[in-house]
Amino acid sequence: MFGWEFPPHITGGLGTACFGLTKGLLKHGVDVQFVVPKAYGDESQEAVRLINASDVTVMMKDPIFREYWNQITYMEIGSNLIPYVGPEDFQQMVSENLKVKVEEGSRVFSEKFQFSGKYGHDLMEEVARYALVGASIAANSEFDVIHAHDWLTYSAGVAAKKISGKPLVVHMHATEFDRSGENYNENVYEIERKGMAEADRVITVSNLTRNIVIERYHIDPDKVITVHNAVEPPETTELVDAEKHVKEKIVTFLGRITFQKGPEYFIEAACKVLERDKNVRFVMAGTGDLMEKMIRRVAKLKISSNFHFTGFLKGENVDRMFAMSDVYVMPSVSEPFGISPLEAMRSNVPVVISKQSGVAEVLDHVMKVDFWDVDAMADAIYGLLHYKSMHSMFIEHGTEEVNNLKWESAALKVADIYKSLV
Amino acid sequence: MRSICLYFQVHQPFRLRTYRFFDIGADHYYYDDYQNKRIARRIASDCYIPANEVLLGLINEFGSAFKVTFSISGSALEQFKKYTPEVIASFKRLAKTGNVEFLAETYAHSLVGLNDPAEFKRQVEQHAAAIKELFGVTPTAFRNTELVYSNSIAGQVLEMGYKTMLTEGAKQLLGWKSPNYLYCSAPHQRLKLLLRNYQLSDDITFRFSQQDWSEWPLTADKYVKWLNDIDPKQEIVNLFMDYETFGEHQKAESGIFGFLRAFPEQVIKTQRWTFSTPSEVSEDLQPVAGIDCPHAISWADEERDLTAWLGNDLQDEAFSSLYKVSDIMLHCTDADLNRDWNYLQASDHFYYMCTKWFSDGAVHHYFNPYGSPYEAFLNYMNVLSDFLIRVREYAENEPVSVIEATVKAVGTTKEKVSPAAKVPAKKEIKTKAPVAAKPPKKAESKPRK
Repeated sequence: MFGWEFPPHITGGLGTACFGLTKGLLKHGVDVQFVVPKAYGDESQEAVRLINASDVTVMMKDPIFREYWNQITYMEIGSNLIPYVGPEDFQQMVSENLKVKVEEGSRVFSEKFQFSGKYGHDLMEEVARYALVGASIAANSEFDVIHAHDWLTYSAGVAAKKISGKPLVVHMHATEFDRSGENYNENVYEIERKGMAEADRVITVSNLTRNIVIERYHIDPDKVITVHNAVEPPETTELVDAEKHVKEKIVTFLGRITFQKGPEYFIEAACKVLERDKNVRFVMAGTGDLMEKMIRRVAKLKISSNFHFTGFLKGENVDRMFAMSDVYVMPSVSEPFGISPLEAMRSNVPVVISKQSGVAEVLDHVMKVDFWDVDAMADAIYGLLHYKSMHSMFIEHGTEEVNNLKWESAALKVADIYKSLV
Repeated sequence: MRSICLYFQVHQPFRLRTYRFFDIGADHYYYDDYQNKRIARRIASDCYIPANEVLLGLINEFGSAFKVTFSISGSALEQFKKYTPEVIASFKRLAKTGNVEFLAETYAHSLVGLNDPAEFKRQVEQHAAAIKELFGVTPTAFRNTELVYSNSIAGQVLEMGYKTMLTEGAKQLLGWKSPNYLYCSAPHQRLKLLLRNYQLSDDITFRFSQQDWSEWPLTADKYVKWLNDIDPKQEIVNLFMDYETFGEHQKAESGIFGFLRAFPEQVIKTQRWTFSTPSEVSEDLQPVAGIDCPHAISWADEERDLTAWLGNDLQDEAFSSLYKVSDIMLHCTDADLNRDWNYLQASDHFYYMCTKWFSDGAVHHYFNPYGSPYEAFLNYMNVLSDFLIRVREYAENEPVSVIEATVKAVGTTKEKVSPAAKVPAKKEIKTKAPVAAKPPKKAESKPRK
């Protein structure tokens, strides 16, 4: 299995999903080797054998490696191509890049690459090098199926397939259209398309994504299968105590503040609710390229006294944020799946999600609205804050619903796909 | 001769428009006129008009050998008057033949029989008056919304002067007994009960066009054979169904109208059965046993209970919030409030909030204008919030009798009410006030909790 990240070193839902899936696969007797660009040594290896791509030796003499290496020269990095990066990681990434550049000069015929495992400036180059590593691993180890997660690893998957002749499954956690809308990066699109075209099966995380794959990438529908994501059961059953120091109700947005997540719709809906009910506070937790624009919009609407920005939240702070929230809103414009509403529901927070999210396909006990329909969104928020039974029904049935979304069942579908290929 | 009792339910609710929370206190019109008109017209031309034609044809051909019974809710009657007067005219033609019985029911097609005897009585009276006015007959037999029935309802119905009532032949009621006899209520033995034969009724309403049903296609020959196979000692077969079965649930292309015409013809020709109305049956036959029903039943779903309308938190909150003002509304003389009071009680609103069909929604999705029960609840509660504000404002400006009821119903307004000061009421001004009158400031800042 090729992935770009693995807990605890994650920037989004991808690593978490890979971890859950591998744990589920273990229960169905599937033995997984997981290749990450950079292993830090503290990853959980309870379910997988983690292979650090940075430790793998690549034989540069082999012509097939040369072919891949040549491609690197074609791939220039688009400047808008930093899909997941957090700002505090940025500095570090740039310095690491410099280090790699220096090492390049002394490259001989057989060598190891140092990967940053991040989403930095030389991402395209890392992707291509990772493909070489993939090919090398494929040539030197025993396995039955290759499974590649998201476009970053597709080249590695394809290379591994070419070397070994084993079947390839690619897993679409997000498409370039989800990340960038219509201003998509053509290089990324091409890697995604090629990866799916070469693959024997394409797994999509929702029917929403499946449709995009079929319509925008022209992939044969027969080989595209939806396996909805699931959520790991909480490590402790104990919920974080709400340390709420304000008496008002709290409505939360938690995610990257980017085009894809629809933060502006949350603000417009907040404004509508506040016109009627001042006893509510809205929180936008996260960071992203639209953050400044959002702060300006909130100021313009004159709701800053009831609207708060927290910046990027991690780990325990996320749990604390959920514990304080009375309603969680995910207004995503395009969300292949969207795991955060499930986390909110598990913390007993009722959620409002956009119909344009894959997770809407598997949930009943939530409010579903179109991301652009701010009236409906405001109405849903207002209803959850004012009508008791709705709140209580969401909590009662929502928790049960989430607990039934098990990685074990998702993994069973994946295992069945493997079986159909070997 | 043995009797077949053929009764059709006619009902259309006033569907609510999308009503947002920011409309509360600002806009007091709640109905989706476009949808209501569109649906009323469609069903009129697909179902009511052609089905009435078939029945009229049968009556003209067979005279007193063919009889049929209707129950038409008050809200359906209002919609016909408003959108499809030809349907009223068509029912009037049927009424004129004298072969049609019209049943009494709650005007609002409500579930009020379960919780408020005074309002229950008011609605039944309003409905009886409407039937009398339109069709010139006063109903003598009663059927409750969704055939909801219990011992307590039986007592109330008897008290209103009805001697005959229709309900579901539910298993939990009958056990091993057959629905094909006349029964009576065990605690109120003067109330005779006709029980629906759900097997034979559902063969038409649900299964008629189901191609995977082993008996498909259902022909009049086959159906009449089933009727004739019934033990000769059994006295009546009660076929109760939604009238929308004909042409709406079962489309015209399925041959349902041909069946509606052919099966009575066949029955009359074989001369083993006659068609009777509930009041006739109740007059002619003696009840064979008493039926005890401590827990309310209905004709819905496999469970034949109330869970389609009441029982989840959403339904219960909406239902109890609505009836908090029933004491005030009993004395209310404001025409707009009374209209909304009726329309908001329709059982349909609560049906849309049912969550038990997330797994097998097939049948129910069709009737439901909302994407989910939560959307239905949200919209209804927004409307209800506005309605409750209006009712309370009305009560604060009304004479003593209403104020007393208010104090009883809404503890919180107590201190504001000083009866002596308010007695020279502005009642006339209030009733004439236009619907969209500007709401007082207070309503805007404080929606109902």
